[in-house]
Amino acid sequence: MQSASNLTNATLASAGWWRRLDLKWALIGVSVAFVVYLSVMPLIFLLWQSFFTPQTASQAAEFTLGNYATAYTSSDTAKLFFNSLRFATGSAIFAFLVGTLLAWMNERTNTPFKSLFFALAIIPLIIPSILFTVSWILLGSPKIGIINLALQHVFDTQYVFFNIYSMWGMIWVEGLHYSPMAFLIMTAAFRSMDPSLEESAMMSGANIFQVAWTITLKLTWPAIFATLLILFVRSIESFEVPALLGLPAGIQVFTSSIYQAIHKYPSQVGLAATYGVTLLLITTVGVYLQSRLSSQGSKYSTMTGKGFRPRAVDLGRWRYLTAAFFIAYLLLIVALPFLVLLWSSLQKFYSVPSWDALHNLTLAPYRFIFSYPTIARSVWNSVLLSLSCATVIMLVTSVICWITVKTKLPGRWLLDNLASLPMVFPGIVLGLAIMIFYLYFDIGVYGTLWIILIAYLTRFLPYGIRYNTTSMLQIHKELEESAAMSGASWGHTFRRIILPLLKPGMVAGWIYIVIVSIRELSTSILLYSPGTEVISIVIWELWENGQYVELSALGVMFILALFCLVMLAQFVAKKYGIKEA
Amino acid sequence: MLKVEGLHTEYVDERGHSVKAAHNVSFEVPEGKLFTLLGPSGCGKTTTLRSIAGLEKPVSGEVSVNGRVVYSSAKGIFVAPNKRNFGMVFQSYAIWPHMNVFQNAAFPLKVGSRKLGKGEVHEKVMRVLKAVGLDHLADREATKLSGGQQQRLALARALVMEPQLWLLDEPLSNLDAKLRERMRFELKRLQRDLNLTTVFVTHDQNEALALSHEIAVMNEGRIVQIGSPRDIYERPHNRFVADFVGSANFLDATVTAREEQRDYFVAQTALGPLKCYSVDPLQAGDKVVISLRPEDVHLSAAHPNMPNVWEAVVDSKIFLGDHVEFQVKIGDVVLLSRVHPSFFPADGTSVYLGMQPAKCLAIAAN
Repeated sequence: MQSASNLTNATLASAGWWRRLDLKWALIGVSVAFVVYLSVMPLIFLLWQSFFTPQTASQAAEFTLGNYATAYTSSDTAKLFFNSLRFATGSAIFAFLVGTLLAWMNERTNTPFKSLFFALAIIPLIIPSILFTVSWILLGSPKIGIINLALQHVFDTQYVFFNIYSMWGMIWVEGLHYSPMAFLIMTAAFRSMDPSLEESAMMSGANIFQVAWTITLKLTWPAIFATLLILFVRSIESFEVPALLGLPAGIQVFTSSIYQAIHKYPSQVGLAATYGVTLLLITTVGVYLQSRLSSQGSKYSTMTGKGFRPRAVDLGRWRYLTAAFFIAYLLLIVALPFLVLLWSSLQKFYSVPSWDALHNLTLAPYRFIFSYPTIARSVWNSVLLSLSCATVIMLVTSVICWITVKTKLPGRWLLDNLASLPMVFPGIVLGLAIMIFYLYFDIGVYGTLWIILIAYLTRFLPYGIRYNTTSMLQIHKELEESAAMSGASWGHTFRRIILPLLKPGMVAGWIYIVIVSIRELSTSILLYSPGTEVISIVIWELWENGQYVELSALGVMFILALFCLVMLAQFVAKKYGIKEA
Repeated sequence: MLKVEGLHTEYVDERGHSVKAAHNVSFEVPEGKLFTLLGPSGCGKTTTLRSIAGLEKPVSGEVSVNGRVVYSSAKGIFVAPNKRNFGMVFQSYAIWPHMNVFQNAAFPLKVGSRKLGKGEVHEKVMRVLKAVGLDHLADREATKLSGGQQQRLALARALVMEPQLWLLDEPLSNLDAKLRERMRFELKRLQRDLNLTTVFVTHDQNEALALSHEIAVMNEGRIVQIGSPRDIYERPHNRFVADFVGSANFLDATVTAREEQRDYFVAQTALGPLKCYSVDPLQAGDKVVISLRPEDVHLSAAHPNMPNVWEAVVDSKIFLGDHVEFQVKIGDVVLLSRVHPSFFPADGTSVYLGMQPAKCLAIAAN
């Protein structure tokens, strides 16, 4: 790294001004401009809009504190704030408890079926939040929910056991959906801990609970807090659950309020921007604290790299209990949601599973979906958007990561932070900011696919950075230096040495971005217009129209397609020996 | 051929402080010679090599090859490393894992301004691969090579462009001991056969002694002594060189008299008066350090016929196969001695210890 900086400084110092315009500097300049444009401009316009009245044909925008006054003096906002916090905190804690228990079972005990735990890594990628929420409505709604009906049948009552349209229902669905993420982070935390720390406590005479309390818990504490924070941020940003479950029950949170403010007539963009800024502040604090904790965490966790797996605790007969817990969990998170969608997709009109309904199985919903007018277009749009977004991001971030990892250019930390900035944007706030930006900055992208592409590029830029940084760090600087000594120019070295070596990480990151962007909803929902729908928007529209069986058919096909994509990603990662980022 | 003058380098450490790495480093390497920079880690030898390569930019100084200035702070010249036409072998070998053996070696011929035909490239690459004994593995994946083969490929890649200068950055340090000794011979043969002007960096004194025409011992960013391997080993200018190049016994001493024979002196040590040798014109009263190699501390059961003989007690010993290392005590003074394994007295035995005056090197204490 040292050398690269010297190199760049050296070429700068020695060569004439015209030499600075060579390929390297041009590429660096373009990449920096790209990042600044994508991640900073929408933020500025969002802030600006929150302080101005909407511009109309007859009236120019004027400065106002009215938006904030409306937002912060209303008792609704207090309720909104309280609801958001309660929802996010509840979901985070629930997801964390479930995820940590699973991680502990997998890493530290002899629970059976351990080989199935890998499935937890891919479930959240395969089942998009909107489909997960819809399937839980089919399972837990007070009127048609299968769980309620089954329990009512068993106990022969009309009592509603489980109402999904409630704060607890929201927390249940959201927490369940994020529990695999908690599982993955806590697994990493357990793994990064030197097992000899626990073993030496055991040898000092501590029993299993004392070890867990005084050593394991204390050592993983930064990881625990960081995990809780990230889950909190994810939940408070989430749009699908609050929109589908909260709004019918009159439970408003920030994300659903932003959506409503925009979809009112006339739309209250200023008020939405105010909510957006507030939400952004909360997520920024959360992400900041989380990154502080994570960097501090390395002080606690001691990576030995020796790969000694700790001796698993023998749970004895209790292992049947943990296995049962795991099986029940798999049922709740994959089997039931998928089966209920599958069931519903084979009905002409939605009906609860029964012997009668079994005779009425039909493929009509699938036929409907294939003849649905916007379906071909939306699939095409989704594919086009996700492929181009993934390609552009991986290429641009490879240059950015080269700058931040391999050079000592002044200001490279700023570039890194700017490129990671979109991470704090909740999807719907990003959609809002980009919508505002291109309403005022009229370059003809508003209402086209381009605006959605720009939004996706911004939203998933941090993923590209993460994947490329990881692989860039693994490229020994001497591989580059030896190319220079062989007489290769910078462009040649980048193209012939760096890019091929980055390839495995780039391919993995590329597929990952394809997967996450093809299911994107919360940003697209504010930016699409007729003709530029994507798949998740069609699902959303079908839901709004009450076409449940058709939605289920589309959902089942979507899940299967995502499953194939994720398997492909796993295969690529395995082939190139990449660890999941 | 290579001329390095007044090289100063600095680098910025993780905390942002600038640290001086090399101070006023100057040396010349004649055509076809192998010049070694030897020193402990952090002495500035690698920085010096990388400054010659152009991978780091020095603060001041001048580097020229065959009269072509590639770096000069005074004239404001800095030639980018890819324009210098120097071959370099890295410590990690830096074999590109996404190319096979042939592609790795052919890379230098396919980049930069060289425009060669396919046949010419093939011929040149196969020639260097043959020279390092890898021609039969040309199509193999580079990652499937053993450590020694990767090493040879790195050497070949640095040769294929027919470099003006060959730069080797601790190329043998990643090999196991057996292989390292074999590669040492191969490296020497290649360098001598092709008459390559070479700068070699190592912290291994045996390697330096075995390969070099000339050695520069570096410490704390400065060259402390330049000389032939024999000079460096037998006539160290100071205690650091004596200690770093081979192990040495040291005795603090004060010169008491000059011997009749030229360059020989008598010095008072903790053992008593000792006949010693020095190229420096010493005066009576000068403080010196007597440096003595363990192999020059002779042990015997009978009184040997030489000056500088003491009676000593065996304190401990280590059997090392081809020799035995003894720690012997004369009063409180402990000396290290290396003798043939045929001599193997028990611990606590009294033995005679003799030191040839020519091997007792008096170095001015500083």
